[in-house]
Amino acid sequence: MSLGSWLRDRPHLLEKIYQVVEKGAWRLNPLIRRLGYQRVERLIKPFEDAGKKLVFDCRTCGQCILHSTGMTCPMSCPKNLRNGPCGGTRENGHCEVKPEMRCVWVEAYERSCQMPIYGEELTWIQPPVNLLLYDRSAWITMLTEEDQVLPSCWQATEELTLLEDIQSIWPQQEEK
Amino acid sequence: MELNHIPEIDYISGSRLERVLRAGRFAVTAELNPPDSADPQEVYDAALVLSRVCDAINATDGSGANCHMSSVAICSLLTRAGYEPVMQVSCRDRNRIAIQGDVLGGAAMGVKNLLCLTGDDTTAGDQPEAKRVFDLDAIQLLRTVKIMRDESCYLSGRKITSPPRLLLGAASNPFIPPYDWRAYRLAKKIEAGANFIQTQYCYDVPRFRQFMSQVRDLGLDQKVCLLVGVGPLRSDKAAEFMRTKVPGVVIPDQIVDRLRKTPAEKKAEEGKKICVEIIQQVREIQGVAGVHVMAYRQEELVAEIIEEAGLLPRPRQSAAPEEDPLRQARKRRRGSS
Repeated sequence: MSLGSWLRDRPHLLEKIYQVVEKGAWRLNPLIRRLGYQRVERLIKPFEDAGKKLVFDCRTCGQCILHSTGMTCPMSCPKNLRNGPCGGTRENGHCEVKPEMRCVWVEAYERSCQMPIYGEELTWIQPPVNLLLYDRSAWITMLTEEDQVLPSCWQATEELTLLEDIQSIWPQQEEK
Repeated sequence: MELNHIPEIDYISGSRLERVLRAGRFAVTAELNPPDSADPQEVYDAALVLSRVCDAINATDGSGANCHMSSVAICSLLTRAGYEPVMQVSCRDRNRIAIQGDVLGGAAMGVKNLLCLTGDDTTAGDQPEAKRVFDLDAIQLLRTVKIMRDESCYLSGRKITSPPRLLLGAASNPFIPPYDWRAYRLAKKIEAGANFIQTQYCYDVPRFRQFMSQVRDLGLDQKVCLLVGVGPLRSDKAAEFMRTKVPGVVIPDQIVDRLRKTPAEKKAEEGKKICVEIIQQVREIQGVAGVHVMAYRQEELVAEIIEEAGLLPRPRQSAAPEEDPLRQARKRRRGSS
């Protein structure tokens, strides 16, 4: 078993790692800004790509939402869907386009059910992909908040307002 | 009809489908199979049969990733003749620029219902080597059109002088994994802007019941009108083809077996009977607002099914004096000058 698949089967560990690295990145942000985002991006991009490719089959969209999609890369869905499965999933849970591959969203759902911290973010409505960020470092676009730039009329809604008991299927978040 | 007392302003689009759904009548929509032809008569022949038995006619957008007459064109033919279409928009072939343009164009031609779909993948059709677009997904598309309608602007924020008045629809397929999540996905679509839902072919009624009970528990049946997709099977071979080749269609073994045991000359009749039975069963389920009947190139059969299921007569279209969009535009021009 490769390291990649070992990690993929442990979404609760991955989300913990994400949480720690994200906190760290924000803490280092002033330093990174002083060094220059571009310079740091050049430095970390190869490592980010290699790591994410190994574990998530990353497609370098430059606006990472892995933690909101059960630590499963939505861009590896052949239709690039970011809001959930299409209507073509096979009965055995495999992909309509690639019969040998499990549906990205079947996996995303299973994994997010094991994720107490970010699991329920699976119900968030994700905005359209910004192709200007393609092949950028997602950590840098997060710090520069370029990944927060939405089409100007897009109405961002995160939690589903019409579901009050959304917590019921996702594990309760631990007290921090 | 009492509906006339409701002020026009309260309607989202004022379409016939919306009026039927708001009146709490069991709605019927049907799918028109787009011709592989440049002759408008083929559209009208199919529409003539369907219009008598349904409240709105779905114009598909390259369904199954096969090339046919476009949904915008079919809708423009239908509205010209006074029929009410549901314009289907799939995300497979066009990016957000083209789609927003088509939505405006459709609405200008008199389209009042829009069904937002992700779309079958290119590999499902007869030109699998084509480029797939999927610039938006169905939920982003719903939200985009909702913004165009309610905020009167494109995604970019640029103003639209006269916004499209559209009843927004979405698809749902409760019959495939991840089963538990399908109701939550429906919630997401409602949140994104869906007013009505048309489901994939329903052959597995117990599974659908289970889905509907989850939908009711989440209170979603109060927020959206759900139309169940149904359709006849011509034979066990056709059923076998559908469930292996058409993405997302699930047909339980017992239905295929039932058709297999029927003598060859009675298979089509039996398939129709199964469809009528399914309509009657889903009609009893709380939260179901109507049915959507689909049959590949068999409009006559669709009409028979709707009749045998006891869904006729359809409520007539209430008087709509300004149906003709061109006349409306002319009138507006005259008014402003």
